Formats: sequence, C-alpha cells, structure tokens
Amino acid sequence: MVLAIIEVKGLCYTYPESETPSLIDVNFKAEPGEFVLVTGPSGCGKTTFCRALNGLIPNSYGGDFKGTVVVDGLLTTSTPVYELAQRVGLVFQNPENELFCTTVEREVAFGPENLALPREEIAMRVEEALEIVGISHLKEKSPEELSGGEQQKVAIAALLAMKPKVLVLDEPTANLDPVSAKSVLELMHRLNKNGVTVILVEHRLEMISHLVDRCVVFEGGRIVADGSPREVLYSDKVSELGVGLPKIVQVSRRLSGLIGEQLRFLTSDELASYVRGRLH
Amino acid sequence: MIRIEGVTYSYGDGINALDGVDLEVKDSELLAIVGENGAGKTTLVKHLNGLLKPQRGRVIVEGVDTKETTVATLAKKVGLVFQNPDHMLFAETVEKELSFALTNFGLPPEEIAKRVEWALIEFKLSNYRDRSPFTLSGGEKKRVSLASVLCYDPQIIVLDEPTTGQDSLQKTRLASTLANLNRQGKTVIVVTHDIEFVADFIPRVVVMSRGKIIADGPTEEILIRKDVMEASSILPPQLAELSWKMGLNSPSINTDMIVEEIRQMLRGEQK
Repeated sequence: MVLAIIEVKGLCYTYPESETPSLIDVNFKAEPGEFVLVTGPSGCGKTTFCRALNGLIPNSYGGDFKGTVVVDGLLTTSTPVYELAQRVGLVFQNPENELFCTTVEREVAFGPENLALPREEIAMRVEEALEIVGISHLKEKSPEELSGGEQQKVAIAALLAMKPKVLVLDEPTANLDPVSAKSVLELMHRLNKNGVTVILVEHRLEMISHLVDRCVVFEGGRIVADGSPREVLYSDKVSELGVGLPKIVQVSRRLSGLIGEQLRFLTSDELASYVRGRLH
Repeated sequence: MIRIEGVTYSYGDGINALDGVDLEVKDSELLAIVGENGAGKTTLVKHLNGLLKPQRGRVIVEGVDTKETTVATLAKKVGLVFQNPDHMLFAETVEKELSFALTNFGLPPEEIAKRVEWALIEFKLSNYRDRSPFTLSGGEKKRVSLASVLCYDPQIIVLDEPTTGQDSLQKTRLASTLANLNRQGKTVIVVTHDIEFVADFIPRVVVMSRGKIIADGPTEEILIRKDVMEASSILPPQLAELSWKMGLNSPSINTDMIVEEIRQMLRGEQK
C-alpha cells in the first residue's frame, strides 16, 4: 500500500464567532501524485477544506477544530507554518492579493530567499519555476502590469520555487477569461505529470474533469461523493446537487435513457467518436 | 432605446479601442456582449453612461446625446455594475450600501426602506443586512453590488462579468432575476466571457473583436458559427463544438435539439 501524502480524519471545523460548522466529519486521503478535483456549490466548505490542508486552519484562523490533518507525515496542528509552506503550496482566487514584489523574478525568489538557501540554489529554482510555468519572458516585468492569467502563473511559479510536494488551488481561474483559465488548468495537468500532488477546487468541470484522477464533491460541509470523475459526474446524487454538470455529461445522460446503453463521456471528442463509430 | 453610431475611441496609445461601432438596442431587450480581452467590450459600455464620450460618432441614450448631458443625469437611467465588487463597495453595512444611491437621488425614507427590503430579499442578503460588505465572500459581494444598482431602478442595466465566482445555482438565479427585470421592461446588457451562460439564457449576442462588432444576432444562430468563434478567439459553447466534431447538419447550442439529432442519427443506423 502506498503511504498517503494527505490524510484527513474526522475533521470538524467551526470558524470563530460562527454558530454553524463549516466542515463536518471530513475524511479524505490522497496518494502521492494524485490529481484531485474538488467541487460543490458555494458555501459547501471547499475553501475551508483547502485552508485546513496547509494549516492556515486552525493555526491562523483559530476556531473550533477537531480531528487530524496529516500532510507528508506532518500533523498540521503541531507544525510551524514555515515547515508546512515547504510542503503544501496554496493558490487563491485573486492573485492580486498575493503579489507584492517589484518584479516577477523577485516575487518568485521571495520564498526560497526566506528559506535562507544559497544564492545559486535560489537562482536555479527561480529559473526552473519560471520555465515550467512558461513565463521566463516576463521575469523583468512588474506583476502589476500583467494580465490576470499571467499573475496567476506568477503566483504558481512562486510556490513551485519552494518545491512543494502538494499544490492546493482554490478556484484559481475564477477571475480569468476562458482562454487564460484553460491555460492555467493545462499547466496544473503538466505539473501533476511531473509528480506534484494537485488538489484543485474548480467550477469549470467541462475544462478539467477529463484530466483528473479523482473528483470529490462537498455539500453542507461534508464530502458527499468521492470517486473517478466518471463515477461522480454520472451519479444521481451529484446531478441533483446543482453542480454545473458539463453539457456533454447532460447530453450523454439523456441519450443513455433513450438508447438503453450506459454512456459516460466527459469530452465532446469521446461522444463524437462514439457516434461516428456506431454509424460506420 | 440606445443608438450607437460610428463610435471611435482611443485611449491615446495609437490603437482604436472602438473602431467605428454601430449598435442599436431597443427597449426591454436582453443581450450579451462577448469577445476576447481587449476587444473593446468595457470601453463600449462605459460610453452608455457617459463615463467615456465618443471621439468620433455619437451615442444616444433614451433620446439624449451623451455629449450633451452629465454622468450624474445618465446614472439614473443607466446602472453600471462593475466586474470587481471591491471597486464599487464602500459602506459600513450592506443596508447602507444599498440605500446610498437612493439617498443621493433624494428619495423619501419610506420608499428607500421599501426598495432596500426588496433587494435584500431578491438577492438573498437579508442575513447580511448589518454586516460589512467587505467581510462577505466574493460571490456575495457581487450580489450586493448588483443589488445596490437595481435598487435605484435604472431603465438600462449593464453588468460587467456578473457570473464570475458564482456556482451554477446562483447563475440560474441570476438569469431569472435578469429575465424578470427584462419582463418589467428593463433593457439588460451583459458583458461576459461566460459563453455557456449566454448560450443558456441570453437571446441576443453581439460579438466584438479588436474594437469592431463582427457579429450581432440571435444567440442560437451566432454561437454555432465557427468563423465568428475563431475570428474572436472565444472558446465556443460545448455543444457547438460537439456539433462541429460530429458534422451535424444543423449545429445547435440547445441540449434538447442535440439529443434529438443524435438519437435520430443512431436510429437511422439501426434500420
């Protein structure tokens, strides 16, 4: 059995001054190298879950925390933030709130500099991170003059320079136009192929569901579905939740009923080639 | 009624952000303006309430040339809801946020109370009445900024990217709010990248690219045109893409029609 890189057991959490819990008995395990898509309606607990994975909850937020979160063998409640930050990188919705340096290069170097790494090591990490994300040409620019998609890539590069084993992204494409969103999501896919464990919160299921190993659905603070994207998106439970099911899934579900065959397609290519196959 | 005639505008960088734009919007229409970043969408809608004045051509809103009136006068007719609610919100509580413009327009207190009450309910904000808007989630802030504009009841409502950060239930709710306003005779213009939202809920679409309008018409006819989608570098609706990949005789963005067409194809094969 592979040792889990993330293990969440019996996690219950209530924010300070809130009466209702945001997470209720959440149990979750991820293996190294997994790509997990997390989705669910607004206010379902997705963001809170992300914050629990890098220790922001409860270490910075306080509140009522029960259960355990272990990441890469470290218990989040008893590990200092700087230790956790080297293992779990967290990307937020709005990159503007994260960037503060005068150039992209300095922004990306900031993390490794704080680890007091040797100069050459820092330079190497920065080069590498910019390269992987595909923004080497922007390194002299100020983050302020970049587009939303480029800023989000800077935020991701800054995390990669810390060489984290796990990347947690909380709706990284929420404020991006579709073309930039697609490019950020494809970047996630590439990073995952390089061995990074990715936990991605995302509403745009049509762009990403075929690229992930697993799909987890939250509702009312609980995990209500967990499985392969095909199992989860085609389950009756999820279709009732008002999660925005991709059009291809909606069409396939309807066709299944009409032609008496179980269709579980995630992309237009899959559905189109099935229909062509039947016709020839 | 809005008439935009041959409008050209440049921010002074040698590029025409708007380049000879003509557009007519009748009363109580519901339409979307789509296009890639920098296509000129936001520049165009800023002309509707006089924030920008055309350098060439003219903009007529409800019979008034925007060059001959003030933003303050136009603001009562044209409500603009910006993309980023943080740029709009400033009051201490949600309730004060909603009543701000009403107070400025000099409405009587009873009328203000009535309208604020309506907005709190319509946008599911009643629980947040006394909360600071800045402590709300992104999706909630967006609802507050929309509510604060609808409160003062402008005839023309322009929304810039209203669906960002909203889940599918909230999008459906937003669509029904817009349809309702539309039925009450309001003109609603949505500027968006959310092509699926347009495909599902908005009857007319205007496609912009590099400062020009490159297509304008019924949504179900425009969004299935591969040439238009490619020229504007918009990601096409999923069903349009499926239609093209399957080589359907009549491409569509409508789930019912696609399902029916595929069913017929498969049935034909069984005979």
